[in-house]
Amino acid sequence: MVKNRVPAVDGMFTMDFDNPSLIGGKALTTGSFYFPKDLGGNDPASVNDERREEVLLSSAGKVWSYTSADYPPALPFLINSEPFEPFVIAAVHLEKENLVICGQMMPGIQISDMNVGMEVKLVLDVLYEDEDNEYIVWKWEPLTGVAV
Amino acid sequence: MGTTNWGSSMTVGEIAVIGAGMHPWGKFPGKSFVDIGVEAAKEALRDASVSWNEIEFLSGANTVRNGYPGWVSASTFANALGFQGCQLASSYAACASGVTALSIASSHILAGVCDVALVVGSDQVPKGMFAPVPGDRPSDVDWLRFRLMGLSNPAYFGLFARRRMALYGDTQDDFAAVKVKNSIHGSQNPNARFAKTFTKEDVEASPIVADPLRLLEICTTSDGGAALVVSSLEYALKKGIKDPVRISGISTIGPTYPNAVIDMPYFASDSWAKSGDQNHTFKNDIAQHAYREAGITPNDLDFAEVYDLSSAYELDWYEHIGLCNPGEARDLLHNGDTSIGGKIPVNPSGGLGAFGESIPAQAIAQVCELTWQLRGEAGNRQVKGAKVALSINYGMFGHGSAVIARR
Repeated sequence: MVKNRVPAVDGMFTMDFDNPSLIGGKALTTGSFYFPKDLGGNDPASVNDERREEVLLSSAGKVWSYTSADYPPALPFLINSEPFEPFVIAAVHLEKENLVICGQMMPGIQISDMNVGMEVKLVLDVLYEDEDNEYIVWKWEPLTGVAV
Repeated sequence: MGTTNWGSSMTVGEIAVIGAGMHPWGKFPGKSFVDIGVEAAKEALRDASVSWNEIEFLSGANTVRNGYPGWVSASTFANALGFQGCQLASSYAACASGVTALSIASSHILAGVCDVALVVGSDQVPKGMFAPVPGDRPSDVDWLRFRLMGLSNPAYFGLFARRRMALYGDTQDDFAAVKVKNSIHGSQNPNARFAKTFTKEDVEASPIVADPLRLLEICTTSDGGAALVVSSLEYALKKGIKDPVRISGISTIGPTYPNAVIDMPYFASDSWAKSGDQNHTFKNDIAQHAYREAGITPNDLDFAEVYDLSSAYELDWYEHIGLCNPGEARDLLHNGDTSIGGKIPVNPSGGLGAFGESIPAQAIAQVCELTWQLRGEAGNRQVKGAKVALSINYGMFGHGSAVIARR
């Protein structure tokens, strides 16, 4: 049976597997970018007019920094495989928006594959699953593809 | 010292620290946070030679992991000591809770609402990494960062450490040297959890938790408590204390938008598209406010207690508080400047590396160390001739916390 693919959280990214985007906000008054659209704080200059338009953020950027999760994170992180498979986390700078956004690197990427400044692109992948659904989240992968 | 301009001073009154007390830090499964806090409070009262009945205001730093009594900590501690009708305030500001509680006590004293106050924080925590409070909250970034990407607290420490390596050429050896230094300091502190002095080889033998950081470089979670008796300068004099430790500056500021450097628990930075300043971080502002209140600069400091959640993080703080320019922290470390006996010792207490985190207590514990050092009562870890000191800390989501004390 093919499972349904559903977003792990609503409204933060498009479910376009070929060309996914993060959904950000752009303040109508100040032009400031936010991610997530409505959780990303506020510019005090727009306190009297907080309207934000929904914008698709750049889907590629450069690694600002990176680290690893060598031990299982606590709940509400859900561990998808036993035994736990360590993963790499990247904080990625989007040049146009001047935002840094975190995400897991795709499975199979090792710390030794990483460099600050390397180019990565946005992809969608399974975060965890249950009997009916695969819960999808954004991750990053090297722009040059994955050599596993 | 760094080259930052720390701005003009303000005119803010001073209060006296007339008592400091701590419950040792570690794991005490038979005790509640109340037992631990009350012991610390009684130590502080004994140290001040002030009776509980004389206290006019109790300012409590809350714990969120011990149910309702932890959310109303001032009333919980007052009840355990025996309700005597004093004024109460209970504060929560994550790791900045202790200094938030202290700032309320200070404001009460400076406004003439009370003359003498007790500030208490303590915790009793489950084993393992800190996690969000339970429940499904997809509009809470603290919940989302765990659910969507497993971004635990140590992962932030790893991101900051790797960033230092990329920007400044720092190495894992530099980070290990911080742990070694602080373990030597902590070995002389009877209240510290870890008495062992660790070597570089010990650090290297511990497993990676959040690359490039190893288990021994990431602070653990501890049970512990700390308390202060603070008063007006007149009250101290009336008690016969002619030359008390004085608090000259307290910073409880929040960030200024846009905070371009990503901070726990956010999984995205603010955009610096308009400001153009990709290096703007809240952590540079926290000490600045305390320096302005106290009318001093980093050059005036004799030592500092900083928030070493990880070994590498301590190096960030040297720069955030202006001990040196960005990228120069490891020079201070390797020159021995930040060891006891050096030019500007950092974490003579042993820091969180030797204590572990006890969230409501840690900012108060830092002020206890400032007090003992400035009185010349720190034993084998004494910073000789210390007159002015800074403690700094920050609470997740954006609560600044810094104190300047002098004698």
